[in-house]
Parts: sequence; C-alpha cells; structure tokens
Amino acid sequence: MTEAAMTLGNVSMVFDADGGSVHALEGVSLDIRDGELLSLIGPSGCGKSTLLRLLGDLLVATSGSVTVRGKSAEQARLDRDYGMVFQAATLLEWRRVAANVELPLEIMGVEPAERKRRAAEMLDLVGLGQFAEHYPWQLSGGMQQRVSIARALVFHPSILLMDEPFGALDEMTRERMQMELLGIQEKTGTTIVFVTHSIPEAAFLSDRVAVMSRRPGRITEVIDIDLAQPRVFDTREDPDFFAAVTQVRESLRSIEEAT
Amino acid sequence: MVESVRTAPGRLRRMPARVRTIVSFTLILMVLAVLWESYKWLGQTTGGVWPGTDIGLPVRTNNRAMPHLWDIVAALFRPARRGGDEVLLITLLRAGLFTLRSAFTGFVFGSAFGFFLAIWFTRSSLAERGLMPYVVASQTVPLIAIAPMVVIWGGQAGLPTWLSVAVISSYLSFFPVAINALRGLRSPPATATELMKSYAATPNEVLTKLQMPAALPFLFPALKIAATASVIGAIIGELPAGLSVGLGRALLSFASSFSSAPEKLFGAVFVAALLGLSFVGLVALAERRLIPATRRVSHDPEIAALAAGGTG
Repeated sequence: MTEAAMTLGNVSMVFDADGGSVHALEGVSLDIRDGELLSLIGPSGCGKSTLLRLLGDLLVATSGSVTVRGKSAEQARLDRDYGMVFQAATLLEWRRVAANVELPLEIMGVEPAERKRRAAEMLDLVGLGQFAEHYPWQLSGGMQQRVSIARALVFHPSILLMDEPFGALDEMTRERMQMELLGIQEKTGTTIVFVTHSIPEAAFLSDRVAVMSRRPGRITEVIDIDLAQPRVFDTREDPDFFAAVTQVRESLRSIEEAT
Repeated sequence: MVESVRTAPGRLRRMPARVRTIVSFTLILMVLAVLWESYKWLGQTTGGVWPGTDIGLPVRTNNRAMPHLWDIVAALFRPARRGGDEVLLITLLRAGLFTLRSAFTGFVFGSAFGFFLAIWFTRSSLAERGLMPYVVASQTVPLIAIAPMVVIWGGQAGLPTWLSVAVISSYLSFFPVAINALRGLRSPPATATELMKSYAATPNEVLTKLQMPAALPFLFPALKIAATASVIGAIIGELPAGLSVGLGRALLSFASSFSSAPEKLFGAVFVAALLGLSFVGLVALAERRLIPATRRVSHDPEIAALAAGGTG
C-alpha cells in the first residue's frame, strides 16, 4: 500500500501556442501509491488533464521525470500498464459492445476465443452482460461509460487513468457509477488516478486528493481522506464525509484567495 | 388535382423506401416529359412567342431543335445508319459498354490513388502541405487540355487506347476520394487516437481498426461523385483518342449531325445518363451492404433521430 506505483519528479509542461507559450504545469512532484485511488482536483484549466496525459505518456513533459515502478512512462505504456477512460465514452460506433471491449485484446494479439471470454467477463463485471451484441448508440450515456471502463480493464492494466469519467452523467447515475468503480477497484486492486472537478466526488472516492492551483498548475496540497472502507451509499451522509468535503473545499478556496 | 398533389407526399412516405424511389423517379420523369411537350406545343401554337406578346421563346420549338419525345424513343429503335440492321439503342449500349470499361478502370485506379494520397497525408504533414496545392490545381486544369497529352504519351508507351482513356478518367475520380477520405481518416476524436496509443497500437493498426472504418461513411459519397466523374472523364478522354468506338465518339458524330437528326444526340445523352446512373447505383448498393443505416450519411429524419437518440 505504501510502495509508489508512479512517481512524478519536478515535472513541468510548456505548450507552444501561437504567439507564445503556455505554462501548463510547473514543478509537480507526487508519489502515487500502489492500489490507491488518488483524485486530481482544481479549477478548470489548471492542467489536471495534462498531468493525467503525462502520467499515461500521451504527452511528454518539457522537464522532469515520470516513472512507473522504475520504468519510464513510455515503457509502461508499451507494456500496456495503463487503462484509460475519458469523459466521452469514445466507443467505436461500428463495433458491437463486446467487440469494443475486445479491441485492446485484438491489438495485443490475444486469441479470439480468449478475447471473447475476457470481454464477457468484464461486461459482467460492469453489469452489461446482456448488452454484448448491442451497438453503442443503443445504450444510454451511463451504460456507454460502463462499456468504456470494461474496455479499459479488460487487459488487466495495473493503473487506471480516468479523465472526468462521470462528468457528463446525471447525478443519480454518477453516484451509482462511483459505487461500481469502488467495487471494481476492490476486486481488481487497480491503482486509479481520477481527474474531477466535483468536490463530493473526490471526497467520496479517494484515498487521497491532490489539490491543484491555477495555471501554471502546481500541487498545493495532498489531503488524506479518512473515511471508513469500504465506502457505502450511506458514507455520503456520514459526518466524516462532510468534514472531508469541507477540507477539500477550504483547500481549493485558499488557492482562489491566494491568486 | 390540387388535393391529390397535397396528399401524395403523405402516401409516398408510407411506402417502402425502394418503391418510394421508383415512384418519385417516375413521377418526376413524367412531369419533365409533360413540361417538354407543353413548351413545344406552346411554341408551335403561338409561332414561337409568349402568348399575347411578341417576346420570343428562348429555345425554338421546331422538330429540329426539340424533337418530340416519342420521336426520340422511336429513333432509339431504328437502325443507327441508313441501311444498317443494328438499332441505335444497341449501338449506343455497345459504345456505352466500351466507355464503361475505361470509366470503371479509371474509377478503381483513381479511387485507390486518392485513398492512398489521403493515408499518406495523414501520416506526413510535409507531404500534405507540399502536395495538396498540386492536387487542387490539378482539378482547375481543363481535362480537354490534358486528354490529348495522355493519349499521345500512352500511345508512345505502348498502352492500349482504352487504358489511356482510363488514365484520363482517373484524373477526375481521384480528387473527391482524396479530399473526403482525408476528412474521414481524420474524423475520429482525439481521445480515440489516445486510446489506440495507450494500447501501444502500431500506425497500421490505428489505420485499419480506427481510421479506415471511421472513414467509410465519408468515402461513399465521394465514390458516388467519383463514379460520375469517371464516366465524364472517359467520354472526354475518348474525344482526342481517335477511337471508332465509345460513347465519346458517338456523341461527337451525333452532335455534328444534330441539325439533320437531333433525336440521335438526345438518345446518346439518354444512354450516357443511364450509364452514370447505373454506376452510381452500384456504388450505393455497395454502401448499403457495407455500412449499417445508422452510420450512413442520410437525410432521412427517422434514421437520423434513431442514430442520435441512443447517445443522449
């Protein structure tokens, strides 16, 4: 639990924009522990999505280092250590649900029978076993997002990177999906980095919340969330939950006042 | 009369799509025929002026300028040459088939080349920036200027003439395919490309599993344009080729004898249109087989609603 799954060492990111450069991140250092759920929260445009993409080697930092259990982020990506989930489910509309979930396995050269078995298993895990032969457009937004989570987990990556995955869902669906995500993490032991702009979501889900400042983004505080595990539906009515929400909110507000 | 016109669309909507297409096509054909003959009748009755005025009609209505439709149809079933025994329709269809060979070959090679260019452009922005101006410029150069060169060069290189004509035809058909395929290959959202990257997919896997399937709905409208363009390209390509067969040749010789036998040119125009239509029809058939209705570029509101409804 205390071993670092990922380490960010003094990471900075500068984008070239027309007529100048945008300083997205500056001097970000962070250890992400094995098996934890860490949320990144901060004002919009603070670079939390950029940070997530640096972790997953979808972007390369201008300076600093990203290591994943002693490997470079690039090596980790090539080793298929990352599952990714974005705000939009990004399912391939010409593939049925099961074929969408099988896609990563197809690219990894897994045998068709094994692909089928593992996709079915994952769809059962997210409660969509009945919908394997549907097309994405036949599913609701929440169901589509569940398919994208199944697709991200089907090759058993050790790290799940999620970029506002429930941001487009209604409140009821969102709360149900949060419960499901925690259930899945409990079963799979996946390390999860979760970008969100919702304070209650961060408080409910996380072991730790990393609070980020406005651009250039820095991590101003890492808050431990001391809520009983496993988190259940009633956790949201627990005084400790309100305390955690307040703590994150105060931390975000102090950034607002500092700038 | 007014009543029946009003209810016609409602009744049309309840028919199966294929029947609807045939019925509306036939209806419009009938309307056009009635317009043609009424205009002709008007001109003949008033002596070529608008009724009640002395303003002349824009097109003369005598049998040399506007033959009766039944005369055109009848001409199709009379021998093409005096004393010959092959009727005009057969002659034209035979010429059409010859032209279709060049057009189809040009279509296949042109489309393949266009698609190849699009793939190349997605992989190399240098190639795109360097070549795109030439691709666009190629379409502003009149085909009529290029066709003789290709025929002469092809002849020197030992190509059969119909193949030179196919090259000219592909010159027109590659363009819409290149442009639309490029758009289609680039249509997946950035996150889809990021996902492929996170699976450590090779560029070829990204191409075959993401970009090409995504490009299909963009490709087919382009292939329909390319199909008609390749027929036009083949007909124009035949003009300087000095062929004794082909639709281009037939159009040329019937155009020169228009004032004496206008029905023949109209007949040739009819066959050329038929050729283009059936070619596009084939492409549409392939589209129907390869792409489910929810992904086709469609103006059918029911299908559009169906496709949009699920993602909400």
